[in-house]
Amino acid sequence: MRVTITVNDTEQRHEVEDRTLLVHFLRENCGLTGTNTGCDTTSCGACTVLFDGESVKSCTVLAAQADGHAVTTIEGLSADEELHPVQRAFQERHGLQCGFCTPGMVLASVSLLQENPSPTEREVRDGLEGNLCRCTGYQNIVDSVLTASREEAAR
Amino acid sequence: MIPAAFTYRRAESVDEALRLLAEHGDDAKLLAGGHSLLPLMKLRLAVPELLVDVAGLRELAFIDDADSAVRIGALTRHHDLANSALLTREVPLLAHAAGTIGDPQVRHRGTLGGSLAHGDAAADLPAVALALDAVLVLRGPDGTREVPAGEFFVDFFETALEPGEILTEIRVPKQTAGWDFQKFTRRAIDWAVVGAAVAGDAVALVNMGATPLRATAVESALAAGASPAEAAEHAADDTSPADEPTASADYRRHLARVLVRRALENSRA
Repeated sequence: MRVTITVNDTEQRHEVEDRTLLVHFLRENCGLTGTNTGCDTTSCGACTVLFDGESVKSCTVLAAQADGHAVTTIEGLSADEELHPVQRAFQERHGLQCGFCTPGMVLASVSLLQENPSPTEREVRDGLEGNLCRCTGYQNIVDSVLTASREEAAR
Repeated sequence: MIPAAFTYRRAESVDEALRLLAEHGDDAKLLAGGHSLLPLMKLRLAVPELLVDVAGLRELAFIDDADSAVRIGALTRHHDLANSALLTREVPLLAHAAGTIGDPQVRHRGTLGGSLAHGDAAADLPAVALALDAVLVLRGPDGTREVPAGEFFVDFFETALEPGEILTEIRVPKQTAGWDFQKFTRRAIDWAVVGAAVAGDAVALVNMGATPLRATAVESALAAGASPAEAAEHAADDTSPADEPTASADYRRHLARVLVRRALENSRA
């Protein structure tokens, strides 16, 4: 089937099998490999992207379901060379170690902060429950999200 | 993991979805949020030939005040249940339980109707619907019928939905008594090993048998004047929990008694 998805503000039109998962559409049809495939079982959150602005696990969404919708991946989070405030906070607060979970963590955090711009530490931990870091670097990830939240609030 | 090949169709109306189900029978499955069905398809435990995507049917996504009840469209997402001011005020058990399902990403996709129609005894909302005496509205080729939640869950992953029928709406009486929801999970996003939902004197259990269950022995004990702690001792009566390496049947029976006691005490605090 022919699928048209607005990915990072660019229309992506590709012929795919009906069973194509969104994560594979992004990586293979669009060439956007920033979205990682992790557990493939809706558990780890490495494949998290924004679907119409909200976090979803792209291993459990069909490309067909996203037909006509807007998807944002880590590549499209900021315009030009400037980092998104959440990306900048992850850099400043050392919110990444090996980096594998980072794109999903960042997008889950962006979605969390949209819904709750000033979360408590507890709310950040609950809000990121769908994302696993196998380096177990959660402390700095939580710090990063709280830092991004404070910096946005200070603007 | 990639599902076996299937044909994807997006229904533009409930009537079109009904027609596709009628044409394709058992070969077709409805797709809402897909967060129960797609994982099964990736494991090839479900191999439908046709997926009828109903997620775009906005006529089935609503939360409306209807005097003594709240009417909820089957395609209302867990995220929207959890964040609804109307539900938080009038049916707080449902709003709260919906906010504990899976994780934010799952709640952005999963739907109330999808969860109930899937009929998984380990899912949270089927037991919540039982505790709340919800009524499920089913639409088929011959019209609409209403089924009480107590008659909807028939057996292991089996519901009262006939082939060709669609769950369109859930009607939930407004709550007037205390409530609580308890679930025990091994990790944050896991299904409940056991869960307990209390709404007034109604008690329902997650994952204590082939279907979600009303804890009728607990309810009878309460009606006879037992304290919450005394009544909770009956939480595992007439249940048949799964016996698994990660959670034995005995362990689940113990959990049921503990969680029901906590839920009853919290609901009356």
